[in-house]
Amino acid sequence: MTDISLSSSPRGTSPFTGLMSGTTGPVAVVVLAIFAIWYVAAVGLNAPFQQELFERAGRADVPMNEFVAATLAQDRPVLPAPHQVFIEIYETTVEKNITSKRSLIYHSGITLSSTLLGFLLGTALGILLAVGIVHSRVLDKSLMPWVITSQTIPILAIAPMIIVVLNAVGISGLLPKAMISTYLAFFPVTVGMVKGLRSPDIIHMDLMHTYSATRLQTFLKLRLPYAVPYLFTSMKIGMAASLVGAIVGELPTGAVAGLGARLLAGSYYGQTVQIWSALLMAAFLAGSLVALIGVMEKITLKRMGMAR
Amino acid sequence: MLTGSEIEDGLEDAMRHPDPVIDIAKLSLTFQTNDGPVHALSDIDLAIEPGDFVSFIGPSGCGKTTLLRVIADLERPTAGSITVNGVSPEQARLNRAYGYVFQAAALYPWRSIAKNVALPLEIMGLSRAEQDARIKKNLELVNLAGFEKKYPWQLSGGMQQRASIARALAVEPNLLLMDEPFGALDEIVRDHLNDQLHQLWAKTNKTVVFVTHSIPEAVYLSTKIVVLCPRPGRVYDVIDSTLPRERTLDMRESEEFLKIAHRVREGLKAGHAYDD
Repeated sequence: MTDISLSSSPRGTSPFTGLMSGTTGPVAVVVLAIFAIWYVAAVGLNAPFQQELFERAGRADVPMNEFVAATLAQDRPVLPAPHQVFIEIYETTVEKNITSKRSLIYHSGITLSSTLLGFLLGTALGILLAVGIVHSRVLDKSLMPWVITSQTIPILAIAPMIIVVLNAVGISGLLPKAMISTYLAFFPVTVGMVKGLRSPDIIHMDLMHTYSATRLQTFLKLRLPYAVPYLFTSMKIGMAASLVGAIVGELPTGAVAGLGARLLAGSYYGQTVQIWSALLMAAFLAGSLVALIGVMEKITLKRMGMAR
Repeated sequence: MLTGSEIEDGLEDAMRHPDPVIDIAKLSLTFQTNDGPVHALSDIDLAIEPGDFVSFIGPSGCGKTTLLRVIADLERPTAGSITVNGVSPEQARLNRAYGYVFQAAALYPWRSIAKNVALPLEIMGLSRAEQDARIKKNLELVNLAGFEKKYPWQLSGGMQQRASIARALAVEPNLLLMDEPFGALDEIVRDHLNDQLHQLWAKTNKTVVFVTHSIPEAVYLSTKIVVLCPRPGRVYDVIDSTLPRERTLDMRESEEFLKIAHRVREGLKAGHAYDD
């Protein structure tokens, strides 16, 4: 009898508890809150200019609802309203040909390609450095300080230098931009992989010693599998950093193409709606790429038997 | 020119005193620490014969694990000599003369049980067929047949430790070194595993060196009990068991058993001042 009463104990007394127990409920609440704040901020920030416009037009007594509607429909608002941004995104993605210079997909594609190239190079470089640092005391002492120092230099300052120097030696196009992504992406991978490759317990290292395993065998059979979860975590950070690098890398190239170029062009001409749509697109891109790594992580760990 | 009876005598002598598997003479190990030297082992003399089941017993800090690690070439002695299978511990390790079982099972979480047992075999570079044969044989030996595809986290602590014993046996060493392998397990599982380990030893006829701090465990399993005491770590007493080689759990109630257990307890008491 006790079993029955225990197993049928009530769960979730109100319908609200049920709604908030999954991910959809909480996410929806946060999204709604962001939109609400956004709208309020848009009205507030655009109001002074709107006031001025109405005064110049000689209209002193504008009804509240007309005034609010007007603040949300300006051409170059201080802060565009969400629907303005979404209409802009819709017009520049769905309604434009992908090859058009005005297509946001075209620009996203350019940024994506240099992000991915930079990310791959950065991950490879990061792993390589970590392997060296873990296996050589000299490299550990000599390289690690430089790895850390490299990240204290503002990327905005060094990006034009990289582009200019590489242009001078005849390298242009995708690679210089990717190099800036690499520069940002290798750091989290190095740090994470050093930690991961050093994470095996002493008992596991002793075990390999009792088997008289070579350093290569210890690396392949013990250190590397141990580091895999660390690698995926670092790659998520590296991917986001890589996208930032690609956008920064597009700024000094004269704003030809890419999301960075859209941002720069938008700020030249005060096209805030264009800036915000490029920003949202970049955020969406970063989110999707990081989620993609998350999926790869899940599959890999499951296949390795490390997911429970 | 030897006469027939002389050769016979010699043979008989060799039968009674075969070459020891482990021969330790005047061995010391001192760790240099910031607080000055720590004498982990001091002046150890010990010979372990083939087929022996030897337990090292003593309070924490007596150096029993350190001594086992010296045999396994996981620590280097600072003085004295030691041979394992007639060669240096390093050479013995390179020859893969021993299997080592740690306090924790230390299975790799991303490898199935079969793949965990295969680990040392892969490192040795054995063929796939040979690996499979040894996995099957040794998992059967520790009663884990049928668990090949399971991952470590799907097994209980006792089963994990049995898998790690199978992994140590798969190397097919003549010597098994075990460092408190059942220390983290509860009494009931421990009794059960002690029984299984005894049968395994009787079946395979390997030499076993077993570190423990449980008196019943040491007396039940061992043919020879080495009582160590701390500061500095040294051998206090060596007890040759008078129990028959074939053991049963009921034996633990016998007078003989209690007599040996008493001597071990006395040794531990005398060698260790409890007031510090």
